[in-house]
Amino acid sequence: MILILKELSEAFGVSGNEGEVREVIIEAVKDHVDEVRVDTLGNLITFKRGTGDSPLKVMLAAHTDEVGLMIVHIEKNGLLRFYKVGGIDDRILPSKVVRIGKDRIPGVIGAKPIHLLKQEERKRVVKVEDMVIDIGVSSQEEAEKLVKRGDYAAFATPFAELGDVVKGKAFDDRAGCAVLVELVKERYPSDLYAVFTVQEEMGARGARVAAYAVAPDVAFALEGTIADDLPKKKDTSPTTQLGAGPAITIMDRSVIADKRLVKLLVETAKEEGIPYQFKQPGVGGTDAGRIHLTREGVPSTVVSVPCRYIHAPACLLSLTDFENTVRLMKGALGKLTREVLS
Amino acid sequence: MKELIKTLTEIYGPSGHEERIREVIKGEIAGMADEVRVDTLGNLIALKHGGGDGVKVMLAAHMDEIGVIVTHVDEKGFLRFAPIGGVIPHTLLGARVVFANGVVGTFGIEGRPFPNREKPPKIKEMYLDVGAADKESVPVQVGDAAGFQREFADLGGRLMAKAFDDRIGCAILIQALRELEGTPHEVYAVFTVQEEVGVRGAITSAYGVAPDLAIAVDITATGDTPEAHPMAVALGKGPAIKVKDRGMLAHPLVKNLLVETAKELGIPYQLEVLEFGSTDAMAIQVSRAGVPAGVVSVPTRYAHTPSEMVDYEDVLNAVKLLKAVLAKPIKLE
Repeated sequence: MILILKELSEAFGVSGNEGEVREVIIEAVKDHVDEVRVDTLGNLITFKRGTGDSPLKVMLAAHTDEVGLMIVHIEKNGLLRFYKVGGIDDRILPSKVVRIGKDRIPGVIGAKPIHLLKQEERKRVVKVEDMVIDIGVSSQEEAEKLVKRGDYAAFATPFAELGDVVKGKAFDDRAGCAVLVELVKERYPSDLYAVFTVQEEMGARGARVAAYAVAPDVAFALEGTIADDLPKKKDTSPTTQLGAGPAITIMDRSVIADKRLVKLLVETAKEEGIPYQFKQPGVGGTDAGRIHLTREGVPSTVVSVPCRYIHAPACLLSLTDFENTVRLMKGALGKLTREVLS
Repeated sequence: MKELIKTLTEIYGPSGHEERIREVIKGEIAGMADEVRVDTLGNLIALKHGGGDGVKVMLAAHMDEIGVIVTHVDEKGFLRFAPIGGVIPHTLLGARVVFANGVVGTFGIEGRPFPNREKPPKIKEMYLDVGAADKESVPVQVGDAAGFQREFADLGGRLMAKAFDDRIGCAILIQALRELEGTPHEVYAVFTVQEEVGVRGAITSAYGVAPDLAIAVDITATGDTPEAHPMAVALGKGPAIKVKDRGMLAHPLVKNLLVETAKELGIPYQLEVLEFGSTDAMAIQVSRAGVPAGVVSVPTRYAHTPSEMVDYEDVLNAVKLLKAVLAKPIKLE
């Protein structure tokens, strides 16, 4: 389980360039599912027949893409200008190490040393337009031998175990992908469409077409979601907390969860003694936002592994939360029948 | 019709919690439609068969209203919340909201007994107080939703209530169905869910119905109040026929159909160009291969506050207009 999470976290898959992640997943699931196909936009759609008499068509979605950068211009002096792909806070970029393109050319997002910073510069945020990636060359020609305009760059963060907590890049949503890889190892009463989507970070674009093709009866998105659980001055709730179990979505900016599915998840958690939490309503959006509006509508919700510091080079998650997310979903899928929806 | 309007506006039903209002509407339309069904997301779809070679017309009015959802219960029993739909923070001060289980609450701002007049409040610095002494005695939980609590008021020519957006549209659809004597068209009256959070019910119901033509009935703003933002729509000058809003350009076929019908019957009307907001028609028009869509709007003051105001004649004229459109043949070219 930890191996697949490591492999998925370290694979590169900035939105629009998910091939490498897809390959890792195909390798991991192909012996466990009945069919595997890749659709027009690059969604990986797997199918595993259910054991029930009149099986429900259940779509589980986890997105393969991650936020990252794209090279947009090469300066005469060999420095690279770039653009953000997906939601990244400009403030986290300076002095980070990235890898560019197929050959994973290493580069550093340059930052002025503190010695040279003027007083007012210390208070200002450097905008992404003013940053460059330095790949250690001194001319445009040299740079062009290594990278080209349109190449993607991803954070270069090795996966590491810090105890129960692990560190890595792109847990949003490789955590969800890894949960899904674990889930397809079992067979359930329902027909299972495990879908590894593309371009979620650009507006759930992959999920939109995949859901149209699958036309499911029920859907769950599996996510690595925001955990902002560090001590606060005010008694206000964190979005989710590390270690408090899988997070169930009631409402976010993209979906109002189907009440029957929320009930199924809560009951399953209680019966099996799995800790769970509700994701703070009103925050974020996921593939479920598109899936539930497909065709005549699909009852949907989201189950997430809480992750600290998402959309940044290094995220943290708890392996216990991860395992409990797998347990909760396995339990819920075992109990999901047509009666649940009636 | 005032009794119907009173009933509909006073019911609880923030987006995602339309069960109650749906049951009430189901009761109101009982016997008036040939088929009634509820789809996956909860849209109520009533079909009245036509007698002739008409077209498939979808009428849409949304059942949901704006509200708030609990995000956190603190140790002292105060609730933090997130908006459901376009909640205007300062309108919450002094307002009452009610939960599905009947619990009532009101709002406060952190650290300020009186609101700072210089600075409009933000939802993040507000809390909901249900009168609980501590966390344990709070009778609602994270994820529970509340809507405005406010009685309907009949001011004579004008009416005041919460949730005219869009219970007035629901009332108009119901009344039009009631009064409709005959139609050549397959008429689908759709009472949609989740409009306020992004026209979501209209997206799936339009796909399901696959109409030839669609008319949404919803509210619009007015420019008839002191120092109002310029807008050529006023209370009492008739239903507004939409030309454009932020989400759509009304299809000329539908707009013209409405205008011509109003002229034929001498129904007063106004043309509406709304600079913000949109309606279910926005989603319906891009459903499947596209649907000619338009909107009959009820001019409404103070939208998204607990005291919205409409003109009763405008409402009656909207019913008349809708009925007349459904009664006559429609050419789709």
